[in-house]
Amino acid sequence: MINLTIDDKQIEVDEGTTVLEAAKELGVPIPTLCHDDRLKPFGACRLCIVEIAGMPKPVTSCTTPATDGMVVKTVSEKLHRLRKTTVELLLSDHPNDCMVCISSGECKLQELAYLYGIRENRFTGEMRDHNKIDTNPFITREQNKCVMCGLCVRVCEEVQGVGAIGYAERGFEARVTPPFGQNLDCEFCGQCVSICPTGALSGGIWAGKPRGDSVKFTDTTCTYCGCGCNITLRSSGDEVVRVDSDKDNHNRGWLCVKGRFGFEFINSKDRLTTPLIRREKGGQFEKATWEEALDYVAGRFTEIKDKNGADAVAGLCSARCTNEENYLFQKLMRAGIGTNNVDHCARY
Amino acid sequence: MNSKVTVNVCMGTGGIAAGGDMVMAEFIKELEAAGIEDASVNEKCRLHKVGCRGFCARDVLVDVAIDGEVSTYQYIQQDMVKRLVREHVVGARPVKEWLVGDDYHTFHDNQTKIVLGDLGKIDPESIDEYMGVDGYKAAEKALTTMTPTEVIDTVKESGLRGRGGGGFPTGLKWGFCAANTADQFYLICNADEGDPGAFMDRSVIEGNPHAVIEGMIIAAYAIGASIGYVYIRAEYPLAVDRLHMALDSAKEKGYLGKKLFGTDFDLKIKVKLGAGAFVCGEETALIASIEGERGMPRAKPPFPANKGLWGKPTIINNVETLANLPHILTKGAAWYASIGSEKSKGTKVIALTGKIRNTGLIEIPMGMPLKEIIFNVGGGIEGDKLFKAVQTGGPSGGCIPQQHIDLPVDYEGLASVGSMMGSGGMVVLDETDCMVNISKFFLEFTQSESCGKCVPCRIGTKRLLEILTRITEGEGKEGDIDLLLELAEDVRDSSLCGLGMSAPNPVISTIKYFRHEYEAHIKDKKCPAKVCNKLLTFFIREDMCIGCGMCARACSVKAITGEKKQPHKIDNKLCIQCGSCFDACKFSAVLKE
Amino acid sequence: MKFGSGAMTNSVAEIAENKAIFVIGSNTTENHPIIALRMKEAVANGAELIVADPRKIPLVKFATLWLRHRPGTDATLLNSIMNVILAEGLEDKKFIDERTEGYEDFVKSIEPFTPEYGAEITGVAADDIVKAGRIFGSAENAGIYYAMGITQHSMGTNNVCAVGNLAMVTGNIGKYASGVNPLRGQNNVQGACDMGGLPNVYPGYQKVDVPANQEKFEKGWGKSLSAKVGLAATEMTGAMLDGSLKGMYIFGENPALSDPNTTHSVKAFKSLEFLVVQDLFMTDTAQLADVVLPGASFAEKDGTFTSSERRVQRVRKAVNSPGEAKTDLAIIDQIYKRIDGEGDLGKTVEASDVFDEAVSFWPAMAGMSYRRLEADSLQWPCPTEDHAGTRFLFEETFNRENGKALFTAVPFVASKELPDKEYPFVLTTGRELFHYHTGTMTRRSSGLNTVAPEAFVEVNPADAEVLGVGDGQRLTVSSRRGSIRLKARVSNIVPPNVIFIPFHYKEAAANLLTSDAMDPVCKIMEAKVCAVKIEV
Repeated sequence: MINLTIDDKQIEVDEGTTVLEAAKELGVPIPTLCHDDRLKPFGACRLCIVEIAGMPKPVTSCTTPATDGMVVKTVSEKLHRLRKTTVELLLSDHPNDCMVCISSGECKLQELAYLYGIRENRFTGEMRDHNKIDTNPFITREQNKCVMCGLCVRVCEEVQGVGAIGYAERGFEARVTPPFGQNLDCEFCGQCVSICPTGALSGGIWAGKPRGDSVKFTDTTCTYCGCGCNITLRSSGDEVVRVDSDKDNHNRGWLCVKGRFGFEFINSKDRLTTPLIRREKGGQFEKATWEEALDYVAGRFTEIKDKNGADAVAGLCSARCTNEENYLFQKLMRAGIGTNNVDHCARY
Repeated sequence: MNSKVTVNVCMGTGGIAAGGDMVMAEFIKELEAAGIEDASVNEKCRLHKVGCRGFCARDVLVDVAIDGEVSTYQYIQQDMVKRLVREHVVGARPVKEWLVGDDYHTFHDNQTKIVLGDLGKIDPESIDEYMGVDGYKAAEKALTTMTPTEVIDTVKESGLRGRGGGGFPTGLKWGFCAANTADQFYLICNADEGDPGAFMDRSVIEGNPHAVIEGMIIAAYAIGASIGYVYIRAEYPLAVDRLHMALDSAKEKGYLGKKLFGTDFDLKIKVKLGAGAFVCGEETALIASIEGERGMPRAKPPFPANKGLWGKPTIINNVETLANLPHILTKGAAWYASIGSEKSKGTKVIALTGKIRNTGLIEIPMGMPLKEIIFNVGGGIEGDKLFKAVQTGGPSGGCIPQQHIDLPVDYEGLASVGSMMGSGGMVVLDETDCMVNISKFFLEFTQSESCGKCVPCRIGTKRLLEILTRITEGEGKEGDIDLLLELAEDVRDSSLCGLGMSAPNPVISTIKYFRHEYEAHIKDKKCPAKVCNKLLTFFIREDMCIGCGMCARACSVKAITGEKKQPHKIDNKLCIQCGSCFDACKFSAVLKE
Repeated sequence: MKFGSGAMTNSVAEIAENKAIFVIGSNTTENHPIIALRMKEAVANGAELIVADPRKIPLVKFATLWLRHRPGTDATLLNSIMNVILAEGLEDKKFIDERTEGYEDFVKSIEPFTPEYGAEITGVAADDIVKAGRIFGSAENAGIYYAMGITQHSMGTNNVCAVGNLAMVTGNIGKYASGVNPLRGQNNVQGACDMGGLPNVYPGYQKVDVPANQEKFEKGWGKSLSAKVGLAATEMTGAMLDGSLKGMYIFGENPALSDPNTTHSVKAFKSLEFLVVQDLFMTDTAQLADVVLPGASFAEKDGTFTSSERRVQRVRKAVNSPGEAKTDLAIIDQIYKRIDGEGDLGKTVEASDVFDEAVSFWPAMAGMSYRRLEADSLQWPCPTEDHAGTRFLFEETFNRENGKALFTAVPFVASKELPDKEYPFVLTTGRELFHYHTGTMTRRSSGLNTVAPEAFVEVNPADAEVLGVGDGQRLTVSSRRGSIRLKARVSNIVPPNVIFIPFHYKEAAANLLTSDAMDPVCKIMEAKVCAVKIEV
């Protein structure tokens, strides 16, 4: 075990713990922009710098392993000045169009600008013009909002194992891009979107949808495959407007293209909205009331059962529906009708 | 050696660029024509391809040695060879007017050559010649008679420090690395020389590649690395060729591969070509590049000595550092430690350029005062102008002014005045250089070579450059100097790697020593050195102008008018201060103020 | 089952700590993308990954070893790998002695499956079979992951047994970061099975033909119950056609598109006297119905799903259903009450009450409640209120009477329908990343449908050349049962003589071609192998 002091507070941590992790454990806040617990430390944004006794210059706490007896300061005039300059530099090359930006309110850069009270910027100059509109429907890239934190590049490589994007060019012109500046063509899992600290990456189908106070967050479970990812539905009224996932979930916030972007069916115009009855074979469907439909269904099944025995009725329950629904359905077949003719599509 | 004729043709990159290969071909032809290819004579005549001796400005340099008597010729071209062979080789009468002058000897005699010692003397493409100067003896000694710890201790005692710029004690770094437990250690030779104007590593590999390989064997043995890499710029084709040649012949002799010198030590050296990114000279970026990633630096710690290439303990030494090792092992730590200054031992190879008479590659003992380098070895300022400053340490070094001319050139000395040793670039500036412009020039380089990973370097250097640019263009504002300084310090203190940390050095040091020049640009809208065109007024002296019209033709905004053969005039309302007329005028009639 | 349960024995998070991973019959990256992330993580951690799949699936990129076996030869491949493990003494003797039975017969059964024999049947090089045996056999802890590529065969049960044997022989079951791990294709296949949505068992896999079980449920439900094992879905088609099955209630399923040999099954549905379909959309099956009831999507209801790793998780209502659509629970409840003639029709059924009732019948979930699930999900078995749930199964004992796992000898059985002169290609079906099952949801999500708008058939370039087919060209693919027309995707993903068609697209439904041959034990269809021909 390693003992260290952070802002006069003592803490004991395991070997290999970084100073940032130790501070987090202590509840000492250190600003970050390029860090995510789920990825390897990167050390690019320079916001998490701290002063360590015996080291000549501030170091990034995200990359520095804690060592025994280390004395760390996370707050000082010098650190404040350096962090503020970094934020100012970022803002000097940022559109600052928060009013219309999709990420307003959830943007880490916006938060930092507020935190450091940057109303006026000492630095002005050329701004990047990297906007590139992709043709894919999922991921909208606004590269002039990119802070080059590298989270998207790293998540794509380290977690998704795809490596659809990388860095190109040098200096001020350095950018994140698919190979040879082509259109983004990948698995569209949107891990990059979920991890982007600014509005540089956003979901294509999120655009123009309600946000803020009118949006309700509901934690639930994804409806697609058997991975059982935890998701949060953002809805406004009866419309689901966005899906995301918290990084503390067992799926660590990662989703696939279906889970993240395949939610529009919920509000599809094709949804069935009333019971329909076809009174005779070959006839047309007619709208019916629930009372009518339910009585009709119960009546017909009872009739078949009475006439041909319970085993003349069968039911298929659903691997898409809930445990409760499946339980009740097999109970209906077994206890209500009296047959074990119940199955579902586990085999398909 | 009696009655032996040896012709040495300088065939470094500089030599070849000046026509060395043609000179050499001509020698072969002419010597044959003169009948010297005859068997009995042949024995007495050696035709050498030798590496750079550092005085590239005088290429093609040719030595003709008869009976051990060496005469050195400068500026030799193909058509001059015939006469040299006829008069000197056959006739034994040196061609006096082509011989080098005293300055050539001052240049050389004031140097102490260890690393460059055999350059220009032996054929870099022949392992036998290297062995003729006791090559591979040091490696053999280390491997067969010393333990790795003893090798590390010897290097520690020698006081050798990293020549790539950091100046970290080499033996100490090896010790850190060797202390790790790992299944694989790596040694990397950093030959990614990126400073503009620096060519020491290239020259050493071109001129004596075996010395570097031998150094690598010693270093690899010391740290227990069985795999070594040479990371070398692809823009150095000749160095790469000669390196491959040297590696092949070392392998043939059994100096590389399995069971070196009959010991159980194996070493394989691979060559990895760099794609010309300045930042790849930074060791963590270099490692990333070898691993096939984009060359972007990684945060330290962990240091490569503990977790480097592929996560394994790795030592990265510069070419020059490695080339020192055979000498240290052969002559002993005490001998090496006797050269140089108190804390900086041995010699340093320096690329001397700028407004100086003798430009070229030099090797001086650590601690030699700046003044001696510039005025003795360098022969003083070109055109007898006034010395103004010297930029050391490459584009991210600092400018040292006249007042520090007695400064000893070693790691501590340079750092004490806000500059650095770097890889050993030295650019001499005179009174016609504008310090604001110089600072801008270096920033342009570092800014565009930033990898873009960290914010202060990517955006900070850009903003520094923009402020400098507006100052040189007369748009400087009150407060700009303070803003520059603040930003420069912040970039220095919060950047990820050495590039960003040192990129502001030119700004900081020029403001420190030449603040008045900045003030003149901003407040008076004047460039004292008359370099920044936007701050100058152009006019034509009537008495000098012959009315040739060259200036008018060069002017893109038609600001110059005048009748043929009559003095011309510049309309300053139209003039955009581009300076084209100044450059076009052959009669010095265009003036700027 | 040889261990006594049908679920992932281990947890997804453990995958990252596997030292060796064997993926067979699972295109994990596309079908279980988030589980695949853990596999990639394991590889990054230094694990060796063996992928056995006729197709060059995306996971191959991360594999140490890729075994491209012929479709339908999984058991033989596994047997020959086990032959190597036994020949090289890599078996876990202690585990075999202490925790299994039937080993001697098993060893005998493996003898003929030499790498050379394996190579002949599977088309995988004998060297690679040896390599696979060494990698899997010598790893400290190794996990096997499979999906429909193993089960959707006429000898699917055999395949599953062979997978189990491999885990047992190497002692990779009942311990952390190992196990036999079927990856369930749908969000709640696990739960549907757990809850008794099967013809032979009550909730909690309690057999309907065991009198004690029948008694237990009769008492619990207050009804007399049938002791007769019901019809499996695949058997229902026949029963409909022969007239013995007259009424059917289907909810949240689209068998008219997902059933094998759909021409056949559509005919069957049409022959029913009365068909009720409850769904979100007017599916192909709903169009055949007499009554269609509008159900609710997962976003509109409360309940629980159970994932592949036995993790029971809450589903929560976020939005109201459109129009008059109701939750499936409410609809079923209303129908039940009406058929039953008991219960208050005016009372709304609460999901939590149903949950409590369900878990009261099954000790493995008895410790769960909505109150506990509110805080965090739980993995069964979780028998008591204070039980934290179970990360991996069989740590101490197996769910068989004597607590031991049983080796089962698995012979080589060929697929039912092999290619011949007339139908020279093997068709294998599956999913693609951008769609889910019959596409009722994904094809109504604009982005997904833009990226993957239409059906395709993967054809190996060598076959394409012989057929004179270019990429993107339309082809007719036919089997003895039907024929569809779709675009060719010329690709090395499939080996020569094998084609692949995703089954999401109703306009070119792969299941018009598939065979309704099924496994005699678990009644699964053979969707992964049938013989087809291609016409330009």
